[in-house]
Amino acid sequence: MTNSWNDIKNADVILIMGGNAAEAHPCGFKWVVEAKAHNGAKLVVVDPRFTRSAAVADFYAPIRPGTDIAFLSGVMRYLLGAGKIQQEYVKAFTNAGYIVKEGFKFEDGLFAGYDEAKKNYVDRSTWDYEFDEQGMAKVDDTLQHPRCVINLLKTHVDRYTPEMVERICGTPKDKFLKVCELIASTSTGDRSMTSMYALGWTQHTTGAQNIRSMAMIQLLLGNIGIPGGGVNALRGHSNVQGITDLALLSTSTPGYLVLPTDREATYADYMKSRRFKPQRPGQTSFWQNYEKFFVSQQKSFFGAAATKDNDWAYDYLPKFDVPYDALKIIDVMAAGQMNGLFCQGMNIMMAGPNKTKIRNGLSKLKWLVSIDPLETETARFWENHGEFNDVDPKSIQTEVFQLPATAFAEEEGSATNSSRLIQWHWKAAEGPGESRGDIQIISDLRARLRALYAKEGGAFPDPILNLAWNYSDPGNPDPAEVLKDINGYALEDVPDPADPAKLLLRAGQLLPTFGVMRDDGKTSGGCWIYTGVYTEAGNMAQRRNASDPTGKGVYPNWGFSWPANRRILYNRASADAAGKPWSERKKYMWWNGSKWTGPDVPDYAPTVPPDKAVGPFIMNQEGTARLFARTGMPDGPFPEHYEAMDAFIANPLHPKVSRNPVVRVFAADAKSFGTPDKFPIVATTYRLTEHFHYWTKNAHANAVLQPELFVEMGERLAKAKGIQSGDWVEVTSQRGSIKAKAAVTKRIRPIMVDGKPCDIVGVPIHYGFIGLTRKAHPVNTLTPPVGDVSAQTPEFKAFLVDVKKTTPPAQAAATA
Amino acid sequence: MATLQSLDIRRRSASTETPPQVRQAPVEVAKLIDVSKCIGCKACQAACLEWNDLSLSQPIGETNGTYNNPTDLTPASWTVMRYAEYENGDDLEWLIRKDGCMHCADPGCLKACPSPGAIVQYTNGIVDFVSENCIGCGYCVKGCPFNVPRISKVDNKAYKCTLCSDRVAVGQAPACAKACPTQAIYFGSKDDMIVHAEERIADLKDRGFEHAGLYNPPGVGGTHVMYVLNHADKPSLYSGLPDDPSISPLVSLWKGVVKPLSLAAIAFAGVAGFLHYITKGPNEVSEAEEHEADKLAGDKRA
Amino acid sequence: MGITRRQFMRVSAAGLAASTVGALGFGDAGDALAAGVRPFKLERATETRNACPYCAVSCGVLIYSLGDRSKNARSEVIHVEGDPDHPVNRGTLCPRGAAVLDFVRSPNRLKYPMHRKAGSDKFERVSWDFAMDRIARLMKDDRDKNFVAKNRDGVTVNRWVSTGFFGTSSQSNEAGYLTYKLARATGILGLENQARI
Repeated sequence: MTNSWNDIKNADVILIMGGNAAEAHPCGFKWVVEAKAHNGAKLVVVDPRFTRSAAVADFYAPIRPGTDIAFLSGVMRYLLGAGKIQQEYVKAFTNAGYIVKEGFKFEDGLFAGYDEAKKNYVDRSTWDYEFDEQGMAKVDDTLQHPRCVINLLKTHVDRYTPEMVERICGTPKDKFLKVCELIASTSTGDRSMTSMYALGWTQHTTGAQNIRSMAMIQLLLGNIGIPGGGVNALRGHSNVQGITDLALLSTSTPGYLVLPTDREATYADYMKSRRFKPQRPGQTSFWQNYEKFFVSQQKSFFGAAATKDNDWAYDYLPKFDVPYDALKIIDVMAAGQMNGLFCQGMNIMMAGPNKTKIRNGLSKLKWLVSIDPLETETARFWENHGEFNDVDPKSIQTEVFQLPATAFAEEEGSATNSSRLIQWHWKAAEGPGESRGDIQIISDLRARLRALYAKEGGAFPDPILNLAWNYSDPGNPDPAEVLKDINGYALEDVPDPADPAKLLLRAGQLLPTFGVMRDDGKTSGGCWIYTGVYTEAGNMAQRRNASDPTGKGVYPNWGFSWPANRRILYNRASADAAGKPWSERKKYMWWNGSKWTGPDVPDYAPTVPPDKAVGPFIMNQEGTARLFARTGMPDGPFPEHYEAMDAFIANPLHPKVSRNPVVRVFAADAKSFGTPDKFPIVATTYRLTEHFHYWTKNAHANAVLQPELFVEMGERLAKAKGIQSGDWVEVTSQRGSIKAKAAVTKRIRPIMVDGKPCDIVGVPIHYGFIGLTRKAHPVNTLTPPVGDVSAQTPEFKAFLVDVKKTTPPAQAAATA
Repeated sequence: MATLQSLDIRRRSASTETPPQVRQAPVEVAKLIDVSKCIGCKACQAACLEWNDLSLSQPIGETNGTYNNPTDLTPASWTVMRYAEYENGDDLEWLIRKDGCMHCADPGCLKACPSPGAIVQYTNGIVDFVSENCIGCGYCVKGCPFNVPRISKVDNKAYKCTLCSDRVAVGQAPACAKACPTQAIYFGSKDDMIVHAEERIADLKDRGFEHAGLYNPPGVGGTHVMYVLNHADKPSLYSGLPDDPSISPLVSLWKGVVKPLSLAAIAFAGVAGFLHYITKGPNEVSEAEEHEADKLAGDKRA
Repeated sequence: MGITRRQFMRVSAAGLAASTVGALGFGDAGDALAAGVRPFKLERATETRNACPYCAVSCGVLIYSLGDRSKNARSEVIHVEGDPDHPVNRGTLCPRGAAVLDFVRSPNRLKYPMHRKAGSDKFERVSWDFAMDRIARLMKDDRDKNFVAKNRDGVTVNRWVSTGFFGTSSQSNEAGYLTYKLARATGILGLENQARI
């Protein structure tokens, strides 16, 4: 989240699209209800299903799953056409005026540089600005240049007329235009819109571009960096933000540093492309300090073994050839090329796409270790559960360990919520039986592995032998000590550069801010963005001061919000180029003549005056926000609508390039995709508010509240198929089929897409063959093994199925 | 906060004398359920199951193709969400209502109850069942205009929402109200809740719900659980919320004539005789009247 | 809590006395009234500040447990409620959080390390020592056999791709950091969590 849960109350318009906050995040949704009740806000919900968010919305519009980019591009066209953009913000704070290189083009669904054979954009050199001799981007402040970003954007989105939006999305034109009007009402500088999204946007082959589309809209409206604005990812697990920050990700290291690739043979190679080069005069950035963050991190990992002479133990880190994301791991496993797998609190059998492929993969492992507080389908993938998991245990040679872990109530430590807020929690009780905390399990494993390598030697034992584990109890470290390690501390005295007679840091001192990190090995710190969470003043994650002096929902002394305890990101943009608030209503951070001030920590150098014209988006080399993404997006600098891999129609914009042209499809999955002649119904998966993923099917009360799998469908489809609520139906995709009870509802509205009726079914994800709820076929039996081109998030939200009435599963029939 | 409730009794079931009236709770409490803020998440159901230690007594059911689960109130589910899909012209509305005891000012259950002290009404407005005195006769079910109490097959006693009388007694809000993520359930003095409802109704009228209003039905003397409805002109849209609830004529008859007689009978015949008496039904009530009352109750259930 | 248990009992007794006078004179009205309101069940339960383990709203919760942390009383979680001071949830909880006790006390919580041999149709209970020794051995054998020190171009890559690690995004930052350190030190590249699933 760029903003915070509490900040939502400051919004004037709330757009819930690509998510269902009322059901998935009810206590966060409270601030939507507050905004409505006390700020006169209007809630707009765009969703294939009329959800419980829609139940309290002021306006609801239906949409076909997987067409969000078409809808949002249509919104951009509306805003640009009607002049409903915040002109001054766009000019000063975005790259609207930057001149794009000659040769950049978009034709027939493809941007410049596409290689048909490689199915990739091999030449992205034109996806960039024109630069002057000093390496600075050329800008036309008048926005007149035909190749400046805003004009290219206008051309790009011009195809998304309301008629085209209706044709692709199935959203009736009048409803679409009403949504446009509500969104446009926040372009004035004294009103703001917040965007709340979740997996409804990420779980598509175009996932990252869905979110980019909204970010662009928010930039056009001037809604980034201001109260009640922002692009807010509502994240799923209690610490998914923290674990992402700490880089349990295939190609990252903590704090969003990058794991080296095997094209970066030496440390010098690695650092070469990391060094920050400004693209506008005077631009500064956190990334100028990349090397300080990296060296401090290596010191935290490897202690004294990381020295200047060995390039800070650069070779201790593995270098990757290709990203080993979850889909890749599954593919490698299914190909029989993986021997061991740990599933720590991860029920991959349910959480990954294409259950059958995952189960085959697990069956080919030599060993599997499941570390979990609960029984999972993954740990019991080898067990026969009738038609719900019809396997022969004898034929499965995988050795399986099931290790009991403690849960939240039984351990202490910090977790980072969706709005980057790090909060400590305390232990209330012992775990059941012989269960152990993750810290103890991992530490035990490290100790045993290290002992084996110390005794026997083996393949490159150095990083294992030298792994720093300098905790008072290495077998079960105190979480407070680990958080100090993450925060960082001085390894030796550091003199003050301004006055060498003074000490900036004394040896052992906890680092107050990442600004004092060093690239000479004198500081250690595991994750630079967390620096400040545990200082000499104490454990900031434990702070519980519930005061909010300005009433804007900042709560600056509750926990610690990374980075630097900042609650709204990019908040310098809440003031205009001269440093004055855009309006009294949206006043947040401003220049008071000598420094940036306001209720939050400025996301800016605190004493740099506005006339230095340093951009507010200091993570970017140009300092401005990117309406045109010059790097980073593998499928183009502007978002473009592509059909899902299971395409319901030929893409009306460019039928020859219907689907995302850079999708990664593994050879084994080439025949995994369905077509509308065999599978004429669009399906989407979703979460129910009564359940959390695959956990609460083990909790009695939640099993009471939603006891059994069902398939939601509209009345038109049900009538055509002779199905009534409560009937058993079979849902089939190219990947497999499941049985479930029908839930026939008016809440899935009949829509027309490209001239033909489009029926939609929705299937909740929570049910499996383990748990107190009724046994069910896991829904990922149906879903395609393909991911977003940027993040490889599986396409769970849009695929094709067929539905027919059927008989109950044998087991259900027996107990009925 | 310790003064929201004492155990002061306003009235008891099957009592002919009025309890002392000197002590009065400083406030009458109420729960205001604002359906326009309700997202039907069932946090209230979960909180109720947990606070009242009912979870494990409530069997895990099956789906019937709706979001209603359990599908009805039960001896262990004292509140359930009811979902109604309503097509209002072109627009769809999903009308979600938290169902449960309304804690009537003039409680039909209490009036119908033949067992002394099995149902009490405190001066703070809470209507509570006292299980020890409950004989499982089911008259409270018939007496309730909202079809709320449920008789347990396990112990043959009637159960319903207590408005968390144990929490209110120590100055805490009911578990459902505390849990509600969107403040669709709000708890406080009845006076404050009415003032709050007026603000909410004004907001809803601004948003185009011209018939928004408060549901505090006079037929039962008003209630200590009230609703803010978008369509207060048509309460029955909300899964059959009675448009104009009142106590069944049978109960009035029982209260006025039969009950004193039966109480006298109890005094002589003892509990066993009393059970027989009420099972067979008093002579003074004709079968036709009984049938009529059943029908009324049945209609309200539909 | 604004009232102690002792005060509460006095209130109860006062109510009881008053109502007994008003009773008809038959039945044990006094007892009935005494039992009419349940005693407040959290009166002296130990209260611990924690956070809901489910979604990333991370609502503050108060966990109530049996026992006062004295040596001879084993703490057991008996109730969980929202933390009224928490700025985000302000005491509220959703249907998952409000029932989180049923997760803590689920019959499907794991209690002991279990082991399933190749081809077996059941889990068998084993000791932690057995499990951890065996896992460390399996890891080392696979790593020693399949570790890639240099790629085809002779670049030092030091990676181990024949074993993968799905980490959990429900563990603490501290546990997650240690997990990261260990996995990367062994050279594992296939390291992921639920963030992108």
